[in-house]
Amino acid sequence: MKAARRKQEGRWAWRLTGFVTVCVYIFMFAPIAATVILSFNASMFGGFPMTGFSLQWYGKLMANEAVLAAFRTSLWIALVTAVVTTAIGVTTAFALVRFDFRGKQALSTLVILPALVPETILGVGLLVLIKAVDQPRTMLLLVLGHILLAVPYVVLIAQARMIGIRRVYEEAALSLGASRLSSFREITLPLLIPAVAGGALLAFTISFDNTSASLFWRPAGVETMPTQILSMLKISISPEINALGTVMILVTVGIPLVGGLILQSLTKLRRRGEPKEETQ
Amino acid sequence: MKRRWTLYDPRLAWMLVAPVLLLLIFFLVLPIAVMAAYTFFTFVTAGVETSALTTANWHEFFTDSYYSGFLLKTLRVGAITALLCGVLGYFPAYFIWATTFRHKWLLLLLLIVPFWISFTIRTFSWINILGEQGVINVALLKMGVINEPLPMLYNEGAVILGMLHFLLPYMILNVYVSLESIDRTLISAARSMGCTSAQAFREVTLPLSLPGLAAGLLLCFVLAAGSYVTPQLLGAGRDALFGNLIYDTIMGELNWPMGATLSIVLFLVLGFFAAVYTRYMGMSQIVKGLGG
Repeated sequence: MKAARRKQEGRWAWRLTGFVTVCVYIFMFAPIAATVILSFNASMFGGFPMTGFSLQWYGKLMANEAVLAAFRTSLWIALVTAVVTTAIGVTTAFALVRFDFRGKQALSTLVILPALVPETILGVGLLVLIKAVDQPRTMLLLVLGHILLAVPYVVLIAQARMIGIRRVYEEAALSLGASRLSSFREITLPLLIPAVAGGALLAFTISFDNTSASLFWRPAGVETMPTQILSMLKISISPEINALGTVMILVTVGIPLVGGLILQSLTKLRRRGEPKEETQ
Repeated sequence: MKRRWTLYDPRLAWMLVAPVLLLLIFFLVLPIAVMAAYTFFTFVTAGVETSALTTANWHEFFTDSYYSGFLLKTLRVGAITALLCGVLGYFPAYFIWATTFRHKWLLLLLLIVPFWISFTIRTFSWINILGEQGVINVALLKMGVINEPLPMLYNEGAVILGMLHFLLPYMILNVYVSLESIDRTLISAARSMGCTSAQAFREVTLPLSLPGLAAGLLLCFVLAAGSYVTPQLLGAGRDALFGNLIYDTIMGELNWPMGATLSIVLFLVLGFFAAVYTRYMGMSQIVKGLGG
């Protein structure tokens, strides 16, 4: 009797958990869905009700020079950020996992700080520094700033993968006469590929999405995609912004999804016939 | 004579970390140090300051209740957001961990997708839900429940909602990572010793998942208290948080010494919470939650 009631309670608790989970997922995606739907609204105003299906706002978007310029700027910054961050982040992770040196612990803490310190503080700090040495805000500064913001994530991802790669592989290559560089290139790097790709994608999206810090760091007159959206929102929400949001969602969700799928099929192809990877 | 290079030579390690180390020094450590020095500079007029040392900025910060009010409000909003995240985030994390659903990866992927969607877009999309022409108001008006659109936007509630929206995935992933590391045989053991499922949860699962919950709470609190975009888009002027105050002081009033002072205050206050956390929990959980 008592046991049955308890079982009943357990079932209700599980149902409640499921219910809250569904609500949280709806909560997370409902606004995004509303934005995507509204971008096809024929109405002049950026809101409900839907008055008809139309692609006019996408057309208007394509003709908006400011938006296109901001998009190109963001794309370039994100590409450079992704490439550079991945390169320096992966070598750092390699050093942090393989080597023992003084200050290693301090460095691995320092390297995650950019992810924990609020962007406003990072933003102001860098501005104060360049004001103190009397330098202008340049594109280079903005890109380096984005690299700083992306570095923690790339290092953490590469580190997690690196720990799983046994050092005997590299050492075998070295003892067979490979140089340090070629052992890294031929052995370590291919094993790190998932982390390299994952890190690069993440660095790309971090840069492409960055808003607060970019507001501080961008050179005068330069708009990135998020700052452009922000300045468009100052007027009011329009269907054009909804369309822009939808395009951005397609780009930033599409690239990692397609990239991930390609990567998965590549590793599947590669895995065939290979012995199962062991971890340290 | 030069020392021979060994296999795992520290000198090589330094060469490998050099680019990141230089970046961290010049873009993180040095700026914060210079900013700390700037808090003692004298503000002359918009955009102009002299390096004559003064404590006027700190004096102003500590005596003007305008600033402390902002700080307290920011901490309150951050704490409310973090707690709501903790309560609402624990359920999905537990569900994903415990479910026998075959496509669990899909649930996890859906948690990561929001990280890819521009934060600005995720924030302004709430205007389409809460605004005068948003889903809720239009639906309620149509059904005749209300005659006037409800003012749901541009208040503190909307700001908290927006932050909840962007912080929940952090919380869920943190708790999930911590649940994943629990040895499931412990729970079977508790059950076989006569615990009910509720008791097993209370005595085994919940305590073992607390590190993830704590890491999530800290992360959500710090990110909420440091936010700028959400209050800017979803709040009214008086719902601005400390981040907005800093931005306006620097970009609007061009009062750099005061802006630096406010930044250092926020840095120290949030750093204090992070330090208390690491004192008891260590850094490893945060690292795991961030993607390590």
